[in-house]
Amino acid sequence: MLLIICPWCGPRDQTEFTYGGDANVKRPANPDTLTDEAWANYVFIRENPRGAHAELWHHHASCRRWFKVRRNTMTHEILATAKLDEELPAGT
Amino acid sequence: MKYSIFSLARNAVSYHENWSAAWRSPDPKPAYDVVIIGGGGHGLATAYYLAKEHGLNNVAVVEKGWLGGGNTGRNTTIVRSNYLLEANAHFYEHSLKLWEGLSQDLNFNVMFSQRGVLNLAHTPAELDAFSRRGNAMRLNGIDAELLLRDQVRRMVPLLDCSPAARYPILGGLLQPRGGNARHDAVAWGLARAADARGVDIIQNCEVTSIRVRAGRVEGVETTRGYIAAKKVGIAVAGHSSHVAAMAGLRLPIESHVLQALVSEPVKPILDTVVSSGAVHFYVSQSDKGELVMGGDIDGYNSYAQRGNFPIIEHVVGALVALFPCFSRLRMMRCWGGVMDMTLDGSPIIGKTPIGGLYFDGGWCYGGFKATPGSGWVFAHTIAQDRPHRLNEAFTLDRFAAGRTIDDKGMGPYAWAH
Ligand SMILES: Cc1cc2nc3c(=O)[nH]c(=O)nc-3n(C[C@H](O)[C@H](O)[C@H](O)COP(=O)(O)OP(=O)(O)OC[C@H]3O[C@@H](n4cnc5c(N)ncnc54)[C@H](O)[C@@H]3O)c2cc1C
Ligand SMILES: [Zn+2]
Repeated sequence: MLLIICPWCGPRDQTEFTYGGDANVKRPANPDTLTDEAWANYVFIRENPRGAHAELWHHHASCRRWFKVRRNTMTHEILATAKLDEELPAGT
Repeated sequence: MKYSIFSLARNAVSYHENWSAAWRSPDPKPAYDVVIIGGGGHGLATAYYLAKEHGLNNVAVVEKGWLGGGNTGRNTTIVRSNYLLEANAHFYEHSLKLWEGLSQDLNFNVMFSQRGVLNLAHTPAELDAFSRRGNAMRLNGIDAELLLRDQVRRMVPLLDCSPAARYPILGGLLQPRGGNARHDAVAWGLARAADARGVDIIQNCEVTSIRVRAGRVEGVETTRGYIAAKKVGIAVAGHSSHVAAMAGLRLPIESHVLQALVSEPVKPILDTVVSSGAVHFYVSQSDKGELVMGGDIDGYNSYAQRGNFPIIEHVVGALVALFPCFSRLRMMRCWGGVMDMTLDGSPIIGKTPIGGLYFDGGWCYGGFKATPGSGWVFAHTIAQDRPHRLNEAFTLDRFAAGRTIDDKGMGPYAWAH
């Protein structure tokens, strides 16, 4: 069972959370002038590392806020969490 | 050696101690015409059809672990072709037809059992969607039958079909030609048949990098040395992003964990495959008597080959709600595999921007049924350097071109497919 540390509520059971995927996807500032390639990169291409992964989670069963988690995809260890406007501490 | 009633009798005389190995275990040669990365069902089927259909037998399959130790040996073996969209329907139906002749073709019993695959409908909207999908299948020449509640009850009397059930059953969509096969036998049978046609199967040999020069592939660096190759095919399922990155490719794929579990064995009690999309659950009975079941992916990126308890609890809860008579069965084992989830839920099979490098992956949680079909079209793509009619739509560039194949209309969320 994952024990996810919500930056507002503290450690909670994974069943309280919804996954949101790669935390580094940024909506392009200039969608009107974007090439199809760049648009597809934004919509479809994701980081998929073995090891530390920066990802979004939503605490749907409590504070209902999105936040960032760095988690190891080989071991499932939660390495760090941060609010959306904070830097995620590094970790491996 | 051809397996037959005579070889069985001959070997019985010597107490089955003199069977020859089913395939050789050669050292890698310095160079091949084609190297396939990944000794799962797809890699082995590709090598087999390269040799059989295209006359290419200077071929190696390079596997980092043991044959079928990836998803092939971890999956719950449901085979079906009940898709809505044309590209999927024709591809999976071709694969199902290959399954129907596979044991004869390989001279190896893959125990393909067409016991039917029944999807349950729990709401009128779901029943409508099933009738639409069933009609689409029939228009594509694929068998489909829409069942109402009484027909479902007669077919699977153990299901709780009462109106007061936790998940009321209104009907279902049945594909009678769907069913199960034996996962290990598929890997072994394909390996033996490929080996017999000269393919080198090299286990315990991990590809660590792909050598590319001037936009063309030259070979692969492995834990057993460098192997030169005119063409390289990637068929590594859950490790697709990792291996493709060795050639500088970025893929619309996330790796997720999918779990399954089995109960203690019981006498034959369930003679078909039952699944429910709404409840996120499916079950069948193996030839050993165990109930084999599973549900959704856990829902977060993972390469761990193991999952967490909430899914197990959900799956067992669904089993007991749908089949109250199973409530006292004990569960014996659970495990996980790494799923290569594409962002439109359909596979990618075809050429890459690098000359001589081909990619087959993005199988999500449903690639076992595709094993022979995938090998068939991937071998064609590699041998002819252009896609087969049946995989023309499954290109890598479909994402940028706006031609995604999203059978369930889920959008670009890997964990939703
Ligand atoms: C629990 C579970 C249930 C499933 N149920 C079904 C089902 O009912 N029906 C269905 O159709 N599908 C099902 N699937 C999905 C199916 O198993 C896969 O889609 C399919 O097996 C993937 O193709 P493959 O056989 O080639 O993959 P694998 O068998 O995973 O083969 C890939 C191989 O590549 C090797 N490899 C990886 N990296 C390297 C490297 N660098 N060098 C060398 N080798 C490498 C791996 O070791 C592995 O053996 C299920 C999967 C799981 C985990
Ligand atoms: Zn919270």
